[in-house]
Amino acid sequence: MNDSELILILASIILQAAPLMIAVCGETITERVGVVNLSLDGTMLMSAMTGFVVSLKTDSVWLGFLAGAAVGALFALIIAFGTIRLRQSQVAVGFVLTLLGDDLSAFLGQNFTHIPGPVVKFMPIPVLKDIPILGPLFFNHDMVVYFAFALVGLTWWWLFRTQPGLHLRGTGERPEAAFARGVNVNRVRYLYTLIGGALVGIAGAAYSLNVKIGWAEGHTRGLGWIALAIVIFGGWSPIRGAFGAILFGATKALATVLQRIFPEVSVVAFNSIPWLLMILVLLIVSSESTERIIAFLPRPLQRPLRHLLRAAPPMALGKIFGGK
Amino acid sequence: MRVEIRDIRKYFGSVKANDGITLTLEEGHIYGVLGENGAGKSTLMKILSGYQPPDSGEILLNGQPHTFDSPLSALKNGVGMLYQDPHDIPPFSIVDNFLLGRDKRLRLNYRAAESELKELSSKYGFALDIQAHVDSLSLGERQQLELVRLLAGGAEVLILDEPTTGISAEQKDVLFNSMRKLAREEGKILLLVSHKLEEVQELCDHAFILRRGKYVGEMEIPCPNEKLVEMMFGQVPPRSERPTFELGDPMLELRDVNISTYRLSVKNLNLSVRAGEIFGLAGLEGSGQRLLIQACAGLVRPESGQIILDGQDITSWSYHKTRAVNVAYVAAGRLEEGLVASLSLTEHVVLAQRETDFFVDWAASGQDAQSRIEHYQIVGRPDSTAEELSGGNQQRLLFGLLWNKLKLILLEHPTRGLDVRSTNYIWNLLYQRRQDGTAIIFISPDLDEIIERSDRIAVFSGGVMSRIVDAKTTSVKEIGHMIGGQL
Repeated sequence: MNDSELILILASIILQAAPLMIAVCGETITERVGVVNLSLDGTMLMSAMTGFVVSLKTDSVWLGFLAGAAVGALFALIIAFGTIRLRQSQVAVGFVLTLLGDDLSAFLGQNFTHIPGPVVKFMPIPVLKDIPILGPLFFNHDMVVYFAFALVGLTWWWLFRTQPGLHLRGTGERPEAAFARGVNVNRVRYLYTLIGGALVGIAGAAYSLNVKIGWAEGHTRGLGWIALAIVIFGGWSPIRGAFGAILFGATKALATVLQRIFPEVSVVAFNSIPWLLMILVLLIVSSESTERIIAFLPRPLQRPLRHLLRAAPPMALGKIFGGK
Repeated sequence: MRVEIRDIRKYFGSVKANDGITLTLEEGHIYGVLGENGAGKSTLMKILSGYQPPDSGEILLNGQPHTFDSPLSALKNGVGMLYQDPHDIPPFSIVDNFLLGRDKRLRLNYRAAESELKELSSKYGFALDIQAHVDSLSLGERQQLELVRLLAGGAEVLILDEPTTGISAEQKDVLFNSMRKLAREEGKILLLVSHKLEEVQELCDHAFILRRGKYVGEMEIPCPNEKLVEMMFGQVPPRSERPTFELGDPMLELRDVNISTYRLSVKNLNLSVRAGEIFGLAGLEGSGQRLLIQACAGLVRPESGQIILDGQDITSWSYHKTRAVNVAYVAAGRLEEGLVASLSLTEHVVLAQRETDFFVDWAASGQDAQSRIEHYQIVGRPDSTAEELSGGNQQRLLFGLLWNKLKLILLEHPTRGLDVRSTNYIWNLLYQRRQDGTAIIFISPDLDEIIERSDRIAVFSGGVMSRIVDAKTTSVKEIGHMIGGQL
């Protein structure tokens, strides 16, 4: 394998990771505000199907993305209404929606399976694309990839550098305290659950319009669960989450390579590599031994490292807010 | 600023939490608000600080009526409240916590916030590490942070709800000094909600007394304690008699016990508690006293040393094994660790049975539950769930589930959140237990309780156990200094 081949592989990993990055961002926002949208897998199936069908009928990928976002927001609205207004369990509502999305997408999309449709236009960025290594990796793609990276940056900035971002995080950590500071807890939860859901919807559409183009029953099945796992893996940070999404894609690519080298080993064994790796990293990052290792490091390094590894779920995640 | 509270009423069902309360507050004063559990202090303060609206009545600031629909709108009008459990966000960095809700600008200005934080905290003598996260602070520091935030938000009236519970003697001094400064030099109005008379006498210049939701009077401070007590309780409540008891042989011995977790290590615990003795452990939360109790209960394994119960070495035994030799552990979290929220009283009785059959005799268990309800005066039915009970009744249930003839009872915060009557009831149960030769070790943040109820006392500070003091000869002041680290 030569260098340019490696870069091509890496570039394709990034292309394929883009929808996952968008979904992870969306779910990170939702969970940061204290709501678990467990319906991700169903949402992505529905939005992948809707996005593809709408863009096929209208011959516009943009309308396809818009439709995907609308479907994602609709599913999120059901979650928000069921858990905030009706005070039902977030897990129960999310699970039922997952199952619903799976079957409903299969039913509604049955006349549109395995047919070609519109594709997102390839759009390399002039000048930037010619930078060695970085150019082909990051700037020789299409709008979906650029959007994914911009979204990660924007989400991070919004969460950690703005007052509304503080409101968002405060609501997910301790809604009572956020309320005392003037935050309208339930409105904020509605808002970001919808935004997060819309992003997940865009991710679903991005898959059927840009990664594995077209529609078939169960087209994106599993992707939603992967996104949910990566949100946790990423410690509820969009940047670490994006990193996790790319790493996930990379280990999958690695599995493909390994499979070529060891053809006698079952495919299933290689497919489980990303999961094993994820569990391993989670164990290392969240164990007490990490804290012990940090304690040995020079003092100035300790705090930033702890800050970096800080990965506790939002305190009020999944809890119903009893106040106004 | 002049604050008038006029005829405030707030009913919760048939309970009249505030029943027509009228008070006037003048600037530059420190007021005490006194009353026993359920007198309506907290309700009134929550109304004044915008956390909940009154059913009727009005609040006048400088003669103008105001209605607050949220704590933020109260703070914008100059009224801020420091809650017993500060309304901060533990996982946040200090600056983030300070900035949340600070203004409406989109971008956060960390530099300005940091310098404002530094300036305000040094002005009032607070030493805050600005780079830290809130969850690494002690309760006292969290209060300081919250005070700074309220002051930066423009508070002219500051309400402090039981601020000295769980903070060290030094932190209390810092807090009281800052309160004096705020009142005397800056003309702010301070309200200290407390049931500790000594604190009110030490700090306040005026006190309002509430009883059962009603205003019963006010006093210039200092004044004789008896007068305040009389107003608080209607008549002076009989102090619960602490029966004298002849102690037996050593029941529990700790020999050179070392316990270490990655947060805290406790070294060289040596202790001997006799049958029938009540041993109190004081100290700030997380100073090591809980580790001692948990090691005795078999919930934490000591690194080295021996734990001897009635001549038997129980070091490193599991919880279930220690339980089988009649050690009982009553955790602080009643619903979290002690009871199962959604199980009924009868089901709890079944769970707590010493010997269990595969099939449950529900009829007999229901009768058993009923007889315990009567014996322990629990307000509830055999089929009520644990979470339906009030805090006091949950505690009664926990005690009602303890086995007879125990050798050792380990208690965390046995009377937290209970009023005087329930507190006395619980302690009377414990006093009776001593007849069986049961040794009792308890943790409490309430120094008065520690001194009043214990035979002997030890204090933990930063993982070190102090010398053991005799409860009859010590004082709150001495224990307070030991908690602060002067062992």
